[in-house]
Amino acid sequence: MSGHSTYEPKSGFERWLDSRLPIIRFANDTIITFPTPKNLNYWWTFGGVLSLMLGIQIVTGIILAMHYVPNADLAFNSVEHIRRDVNYGWLVQFMHANGASMFFLAVYIHIFRNLYYGSYKAPREVLWILGCIIYLLMMATGFFGYVLPWGQMSFHGAVVITNLIGAIPVVGPSITTLLWGGFAVDNPTLNRFFSLHYLLPFMIAGVVGLHIWALHVPGNNNPTGVNVKSETDTVPFHPYYTVKDGFAISVFLIVYAAFVFYMPDALGDAANYIKANPLQTPQHIVPEWYLLPFYAILRAVPNKLMGVLGMFAAIGTLFVLPWLDTSKVRSMRYRPTARIYYFIFILACLVLGVCGAHAPDDLVIPHSGGVQFLDADLDSYVWLSRIGALYYFAYFWVITPLLGLTETPLPVPESISSPVLSHPASAPAGAVASPEKRG
Amino acid sequence: MLRKGFAFAALGFVLIAGPVLAATTEEEPADIHWSFEGPFGKFDKEQVQRGYKVYREVCSACHAMEQMSFRNLGQKGGPFYDPKYPNPNNNPVVKSLAHDIQVKDIDTDTGDVISRPATPADKFPAPFANEYAARASNGGSLPPDLSVMAKAREGGPRYIYSLLSGFKTPPAGLTLPAGKYYDPYFPGDLSGSWHGAAKAVPEGGAIGMPPPLAPGKVTFDDGKPSTVKEEATDVAAFLMWAAEPKMEERKQFGFGAMIYLLIFSGLLYASYKRLWRNVEH
Repeated sequence: MSGHSTYEPKSGFERWLDSRLPIIRFANDTIITFPTPKNLNYWWTFGGVLSLMLGIQIVTGIILAMHYVPNADLAFNSVEHIRRDVNYGWLVQFMHANGASMFFLAVYIHIFRNLYYGSYKAPREVLWILGCIIYLLMMATGFFGYVLPWGQMSFHGAVVITNLIGAIPVVGPSITTLLWGGFAVDNPTLNRFFSLHYLLPFMIAGVVGLHIWALHVPGNNNPTGVNVKSETDTVPFHPYYTVKDGFAISVFLIVYAAFVFYMPDALGDAANYIKANPLQTPQHIVPEWYLLPFYAILRAVPNKLMGVLGMFAAIGTLFVLPWLDTSKVRSMRYRPTARIYYFIFILACLVLGVCGAHAPDDLVIPHSGGVQFLDADLDSYVWLSRIGALYYFAYFWVITPLLGLTETPLPVPESISSPVLSHPASAPAGAVASPEKRG
Repeated sequence: MLRKGFAFAALGFVLIAGPVLAATTEEEPADIHWSFEGPFGKFDKEQVQRGYKVYREVCSACHAMEQMSFRNLGQKGGPFYDPKYPNPNNNPVVKSLAHDIQVKDIDTDTGDVISRPATPADKFPAPFANEYAARASNGGSLPPDLSVMAKAREGGPRYIYSLLSGFKTPPAGLTLPAGKYYDPYFPGDLSGSWHGAAKAVPEGGAIGMPPPLAPGKVTFDDGKPSTVKEEATDVAAFLMWAAEPKMEERKQFGFGAMIYLLIFSGLLYASYKRLWRNVEH
């Protein structure tokens, strides 16, 4: 899509079609000849992994929908029926349930790779925002999907999350009622969640199309963060990256298969094997692991509305990140100070995830504590999640803007090819230049 | 890079999937081992057969298994599977096991509710007509459905074994309401019934089920001594099988899939190395 098309129709039919609908030319320019930086590392293979996971989720999901019954009285048993009586239903159901987790695992690696190498920066802001929209849609889809088996965690998770919307002033309660289809989570809720769960993946697929389009205009970023200067910096996408991505995808599938075949319930909650019972609330309602950091931010704030706003702000912040980052250097390879804050940020996200899995009042270090600070024990998970949430926001709103202005980055290579030929540490003087001149 | 990434992801899982502390307390389930553990683990068919007998003669008096049909007992991977009868509905053992049980049906000539012996196609009948009947007969407690019980509790079959064999007489200072029994493995909060030192509240909870197993309660056809531990182990194995009858098929399929993916990855890696050998990167 970017640059000059090198496609030449070979047969008469291809020439005929090319002057009417140049779809073969489009495919050729997009996935065959597309010039791709030759120095992409394995962290860049997760885009391919994600496309595959979306495909797997849609295909397995369509098969599951053939057997699933979206009815509050029948849903739980219909999922068991799929596992027990449908031919290879157990395989399809476990692939779909664990596929969601793998999808999120891959998307988190994809996002963290992006943050490390500064891929969200100009000229890739729209590409990044489209990615954020995909991530939002994924979270909604994942949540709706988790409700469908109508187990205890499905039901009470749905109650907790939909109640959050009620915290919005004025319109909140009406939106909640609309979402519920009544005055509590019940059969109408299940029906509309099923409908939305079937709809959203196709919306994701649409935005993925835009995401790839927006990728192909500026082309890939790369580990050096330096723009492609000449053709020697790139290789055609096929066969170079189809094979390299193919290898990485295959390795990823091994991890996926290990979950599907050997620990299919490891990422789920035992309580979801109990039929939903509105009258019996599980002791700890926890969302799926991939939503835990946001759940922790939600509960870190004592006020419900502020907590909801905090949770949405955590995602909203991502959308404006390209304009918060003041650094002229893209890749953190050449930003040693930023790198330290980046790894603390990853740690903060993991800590928030752990906090989300625990009750706020639980003690981080058992049998200690006793120091009350404001509303909770200093050693409780609620305080740990406050520290984590504080760092989460500080990283984007304080550290990222200030660091770009104050840090001294390492010299950035002249072109992609130069650090390939000579490692940055031992680069000749002519190969480096002042980084602030680079975009 | 990739290896580091997966290690990191694995670490993330470990951190996130860590134990969730509960306000209730219970003892850790006993650390016993089963034939069906591990990537190649299979069900011990005789153990699952014995477990079915325990369920049928003891548990089924109060607990339903609504996901189970008699035919499941004779399907591939089931305790009474016989390769001579690929269709479990023809399996004579399954037929006779079903025949022992009466199920409700409708007489198509009169419309009356009748009882008839079950066939392999029938579901396990429920012991009570509805939740209210079940509660009325059990002092207000509801005996839960056991179909997926082995997956519905933390600890799975270990928990079931520990619960069934772990009943204890309440220690001095613990006064339980009538119809409640003390089991240290049952999650609960006993501080309300405890009159001893505030820091020494016993772990565990008060369960509405009386100790169901006793030595000699079930006579095993294969001559296994009928101890409480044996009965509890066997019925836990049966419940694990019932919770996922396709477990063996899953692991078998997984073995093939893994071999395929490993070879496929190796070929792709070799192709990648060969393809990129002239590209400096």
